[in-house]
Amino acid sequence: MNGSSGNDNHLIEMRRISRVYGTGHAAIHALKEIEMTIADGEFIAVMGASGSGKSTFLNIIGCLDTPTSGSYLFQGVHVEKLTRNQRALLRRHYLGFVFQGYNLLNRTSALENVELPLVYRGIPAPDRRSMALEALESLGLAGWEKHTPGELSGGQQQRVALARAIVTRPKVLLADEPTGNLDTERSHEIMNLLTRLNGEMGITVVMVTHEQDMAAYAQRRVVFVDGVISTREPGGAGP
Amino acid sequence: MIWNAFLLAFRELPRNLLRSFLTSLGIIIGVASVITMVTLGNGATEKIKEQIASLGTNLLQLRAGQDIRGPGGVRMEAKSFDMADVEAIAREIPGIEAVAPIAGETVQAIYGNRNWSTSVTGSTNGFIEARDWPLAKGRRFSEGETKAGSAVCILGSTVAEELFGGEDPLDKTIRFTKLSLKVIGVFVSKGESSFGTDRDDFILMPLRTFHRRIAGNNDITRAYISILDGFSIDQEKKDIERLMRQRRRIRPGQDDDFYIRDMREITTVLSGTTSVLTSLLGAVAAVSLLVGGIGIMNIMLVAVTERTREIGTRLAIGALAREVLLQFLVEALVLSSLGGIVGIVLAIGVSAWLTKLLLVPFVLNPGIIAVAFFFSAVIGIFFGYFPARNAARLDPIEALRHE
Repeated sequence: MNGSSGNDNHLIEMRRISRVYGTGHAAIHALKEIEMTIADGEFIAVMGASGSGKSTFLNIIGCLDTPTSGSYLFQGVHVEKLTRNQRALLRRHYLGFVFQGYNLLNRTSALENVELPLVYRGIPAPDRRSMALEALESLGLAGWEKHTPGELSGGQQQRVALARAIVTRPKVLLADEPTGNLDTERSHEIMNLLTRLNGEMGITVVMVTHEQDMAAYAQRRVVFVDGVISTREPGGAGP
Repeated sequence: MIWNAFLLAFRELPRNLLRSFLTSLGIIIGVASVITMVTLGNGATEKIKEQIASLGTNLLQLRAGQDIRGPGGVRMEAKSFDMADVEAIAREIPGIEAVAPIAGETVQAIYGNRNWSTSVTGSTNGFIEARDWPLAKGRRFSEGETKAGSAVCILGSTVAEELFGGEDPLDKTIRFTKLSLKVIGVFVSKGESSFGTDRDDFILMPLRTFHRRIAGNNDITRAYISILDGFSIDQEKKDIERLMRQRRRIRPGQDDDFYIRDMREITTVLSGTTSVLTSLLGAVAAVSLLVGGIGIMNIMLVAVTERTREIGTRLAIGALAREVLLQFLVEALVLSSLGGIVGIVLAIGVSAWLTKLLLVPFVLNPGIIAVAFFFSAVIGIFFGYFPARNAARLDPIEALRHE
């Protein structure tokens, strides 16, 4: 998946992307002919009211969903033409996910949670372990690797989830309301970590949020209104 | 990829140890009962074979009448043998160790104020030799007693026990309705036969005494014939049959009005019966193995629903559908195989204990262990497949949203 076409700088390129759920009168147009490009190394905040299409947008970027029409190029590869398995492999090798509800495996140590994507990558056990420990350490979780999610605070759990997302050194980190379940202090802590990962490791970050404070960390904001990207900057400070 | 699936399964199962154990329990019980049943059945077969061997495998039984054969199973009335027949066999056929003519009746034996209903057998010392049945005390019939038809008898151990209790029966006199007999010996105990009858419940007296004092005729209904080592039982059977046809004047083409049975036949029939019973028990136990498999499917289906979010996470992280399928399949396989192994260990323990309790030999059949283990694994795969496929087909977005 190293082939590239179009603008070299564009990691992600979306052309006239639409996503329709259902058919006929009951059809819901979640996304309407979206045009979007994301450069390598950007930090983007995706905003919008619920039902505005921002989650659908994130799912399509994350190759979990495919557009009904239009084309989505990831590093020049037409994702909409890939099979389910090919998309899974693309996720495995290029994408990292952070979910609002953390989605850590229960009764599973932080270390094993972070190791999980490496297991699917087929990394041998000793390497897997050292990479996972390194990721946990870089997020300030040294010494917590044996703890299970139940024994960790919300902020710690989200950091484990973050460690799991970046342990594979993905091209793109997709975060769906990563601070949704956290208090303000922990939220800023997570945002600082995201900013650091973006700056130090050059990981492109696409983050869905509805909080202006959090969006302020991003270099660019994209606001969805009824399935289209609003041209009007929302109120508040710019990037 | 397979190795990864095993790694994931082995990480997953200890996380819910109680559930993993309960899931396997069905398989454990299924495997254990199949193996135990078959082991006990095999033990019973062995025991019956041993008992029949203790009768003597070189023993033939000659009976008047027709063998029960064909529809209806009617046994034709036929004339009995007489002493001349018995003597002819011993005289004319080589390889005969002993011939014991038998005539019998049910009697009420009385000693003092005790009485005991038993069977009385008229025979010769040939009985002791042919049946290979030594005496615990006392002596055999003397030649004079046999010829004269003296009023003497040898007791089976049950009769001795019932009539005399702790008292020494030797030289005491027991009584039938119109006859008194002096006890000259007691047989050693042979215990129950494989049919469950007490082989020690009889009184042996000289044939001549029996004929004259009890039966009132000279009929011999059957005879035990033992063959010397090194002679073919089949050949001896043929020779005796030819001799008997000749003596009983049966024309060529006409059916025998007597039959000769050898103990090997009985062995075959009986061990055949227990084998059928063993298979039957095994089959019944196999049903519990099947139920165990359904238990696995049930738990795996619940697990897939319960772990929907986890599956969504795995898929989002980059697990292929077939990797998720394989993980759940391997989990089911590991559960059922571990259950199989525990079941085998349990079965060996339980059957060792039960065989001791039931006094049958402990014959472990490695074949049935292999088969039971193989089936537990197959059941894991079979019943694990459906839930695993459900897991693999989940849509990651839906699965992640699942509460």
